[in-house]
Amino acid sequence: MKRAGAVAEKELSFKKFFFQWEWMLVLIFIVINVVNSLISPYYLNLDNLLSATMTFMDKALIVLPMTFVIILGAIDISVGSTVALSAVIMAVLYNSGVPMTLAMVICIAVGTLCGFINGILIVKFKELSAIIVTLSTMIIYRGTAYIILEDQASGKFPSWFTYLGWGYIGRIPFSLIVFTILAVIFGLILHKTTFGRRVYAIGNNAVASKFSGIEVDKIRLIIFTITGTMSSVAALFLASRMGSVRPNIATGYEMEVIAAVVLGGVSSQGGKGRMIGAVLALLVIGFLRYGLGLINIPSQVLLIIIGLLLVFAVLIPNVRSRLSLKAR
Amino acid sequence: MTRESKSVTLSGKSITRFRELGLLVFIVILSVSVQLRNPEFLTFENINDMLTNTAILSILAVGMMMIIITRGIDLSIGSSLALAGMVSALTVSKYQNLSPFAAILIGIIVGLGCGVINGLLISKGGVFPIITTLGMMNAYRGLTYIISGGRWVSAHQMPAAFKAIATGKILGINNLVFISIVIYIIFYYFLNYTRTGRKIYAVGSNPESAKVSGINNERILFMVYAVMGALAGLAGVLWVSKYASAQGDTASGYEMNVIAACVLGGVSIDGGSGKVPGVLLGALLFGMLENALPMINVSPFWQKALQGVIILIAVIVNVLVKRSVDRKNLMGRKL
Repeated sequence: MKRAGAVAEKELSFKKFFFQWEWMLVLIFIVINVVNSLISPYYLNLDNLLSATMTFMDKALIVLPMTFVIILGAIDISVGSTVALSAVIMAVLYNSGVPMTLAMVICIAVGTLCGFINGILIVKFKELSAIIVTLSTMIIYRGTAYIILEDQASGKFPSWFTYLGWGYIGRIPFSLIVFTILAVIFGLILHKTTFGRRVYAIGNNAVASKFSGIEVDKIRLIIFTITGTMSSVAALFLASRMGSVRPNIATGYEMEVIAAVVLGGVSSQGGKGRMIGAVLALLVIGFLRYGLGLINIPSQVLLIIIGLLLVFAVLIPNVRSRLSLKAR
Repeated sequence: MTRESKSVTLSGKSITRFRELGLLVFIVILSVSVQLRNPEFLTFENINDMLTNTAILSILAVGMMMIIITRGIDLSIGSSLALAGMVSALTVSKYQNLSPFAAILIGIIVGLGCGVINGLLISKGGVFPIITTLGMMNAYRGLTYIISGGRWVSAHQMPAAFKAIATGKILGINNLVFISIVIYIIFYYFLNYTRTGRKIYAVGSNPESAKVSGINNERILFMVYAVMGALAGLAGVLWVSKYASAQGDTASGYEMNVIAACVLGGVSIDGGSGKVPGVLLGALLFGMLENALPMINVSPFWQKALQGVIILIAVIVNVLVKRSVDRKNLMGRKL
C-alpha cells in the first residue's frame, strides 16, 4: 500500500516535471524555430540567430529583476520611463562635456535612484499598492526626461560606446554574453540563496513572512532599487544600439517585460514562478518576432499572437483544474 | 457603546467627504491662482473647451472605477477604444450617408464585444484581470492595425455629419459634454440606488461574503468588464470624431490616464471603495491640469512631470489623512 503510494507519487512527480510550463515553452520555442526555418531558407543560420538576439537584449535585462518583483507579488510599471530618464541624462551630460565613462556611471546612479524612490514610497506608504506608486513615478520620470531634452534628440556618442549594443566576442554578441551572465547570477540568487527563498515567502504571505522574522521592507526596497539599476543598464545598451536618445524611447517596455515574465509562468499573484521560465518566454517572443519579420508578416500579427499566448497560458491550466474539480 | 460606534461611522464618512471636498478645494485654488495669472482662464469659451477635452476621459473613468471597485483593472481600454473608433471610421468612410447614430452604435457594439471577451476570460476563465487585459490590449491593438491595413482614416474621408458628433450642440452644450453628463447621471443612479450597483461594491469589498450572501460574483465581474467595453467603444467613436482621424495608435497608453484620474478621484485600488462624484472631480482635475498649465506659460514639456507629481501628492495626502483619522479613532476608544 505504502509502496504503491510511493510509486504513484513518483509517477506524479515525473508527470509534474514534464507537464511543467517551462517544457511547454521549450516546445513552443522548438516549433517556432522549425516553422520559421521551413518557411524561410535564411532563418536557420547560427550567426543570424545570434545577431537577432541583439534586438531584444536591452529589454531582456529588465526581465531579470522584474521576475523578482512579480514573485514578490508587486509590479513595476515605471521601468520604461527609468530607461528613458537615465539614458537622456547620460546623453545630455556627455554632450555638455562630461567624459563618457562618468556619464555612464551617472546613468546607472540615476536608474538606481529611480528604483530606490519607488522602493521607499512603497515601503513607507503600505496603503498604496505598487501599481499606483509606479504609475505616478512612471509619469514623473518620463516627464522629467521631457523637461531635460524637450523634443530634441541627443547622441553623437564616442565610437567605442557602440560596442555595447553592436559588438561581438568571437561570433557571439556582447549584449547576449552580458545577459547570459546576469541571468545566471539572478537565477542563482532567486533559487539557491536564502534571499531568494525569502522573496518567495513574501510573495506567498507577506504578513506571515514578517512575523517569521523576514525583513520584508528591506527586501522590497532592495528589489525595487535593483530593478532601477538594471533599467539603467538596459538604457546603456539601448542608447548604444540606437546611437541617439529621445525622451520617448523605451515607451511601453514595461508591458513587454511584464508580458514576458507572466508568459514565463510567473504568477501575477506572487510567490510562484521560475527564472528559467521568464528567460524562455523572452526567447520565444524574440524569435517569433524575428521569424515573422523574415517572412514579412507585419509585427501587428505578432502583437495578437503574443496577447493570445499570454491569456491562454493562464487560461488553459485554469480550465483544466476547474474541470478536474467538477469531475471530483 | 452606541456613541462610540457613531463617532467611528461619522469619521468614516468624513474621510470620504474630505476626499471629495479636498479635491474640490484643490480645484478651486488651482483655478483661482491660474485665473490671477491669466484672466482668459475662467471665460466661458475656455471652460467649455476644457470640459470638451475632459469628456472622453471622464466617460472612461466611470467604467474604470467600477472595475477597480471589484479589485480588477482594465489595461485594454486604449486598444478597444482604438478598435471601435477605427471600425466606425472605416464604416462611415465607405457609407458616407450613414447616420451618426448608427456610427456610434457600431462603435459601442465593437467595444462591447471586446469587453465581453475580457469579461468571459476573467469571470469564467479565472484569468487575473491584469493578465487578461494586458494580453487583450495587444490583441485588440494588433487587430486595429490589421483591419485598417496600417493606414489612417483622415478628415476628408469622413462625412460632415460624423465629424459633427463632436462639434454639435444639444441645449447649448457640446455633444461630448452632454453625453458625459447623461452617463454620469445614469451611473450615479445605477451605483447608488440599484441592487446590481450595490452588488458591485459588495463583490469588491469582500468577495467571499458577497458569494455567501447569494451574489453571483461571476456575473457581476462579467458585467463590469462588458460595460467598460461598451463605454470604451462609445469613447472611441467620440475620439475619432473629435480629432477627425482614426489611426492604429489612437489612444495608445491612454488607460494610464484613466487609471490616474480614478486614483485622483479617491478610488482605492484594493477595491470596494470609490464614488461617482469623486471620479468626476478626479477626471476634471486631470483635464484642468492639461488645460491650465499652458495658459500660465508652463512649457508643455513640464506638463507630464507635474501631472505625475500631483497624482503622487494626492494619493500620499490621502494616506496621511486616513492614518491620522484612524489614530484619532483609536484615541477616542481609549477615553
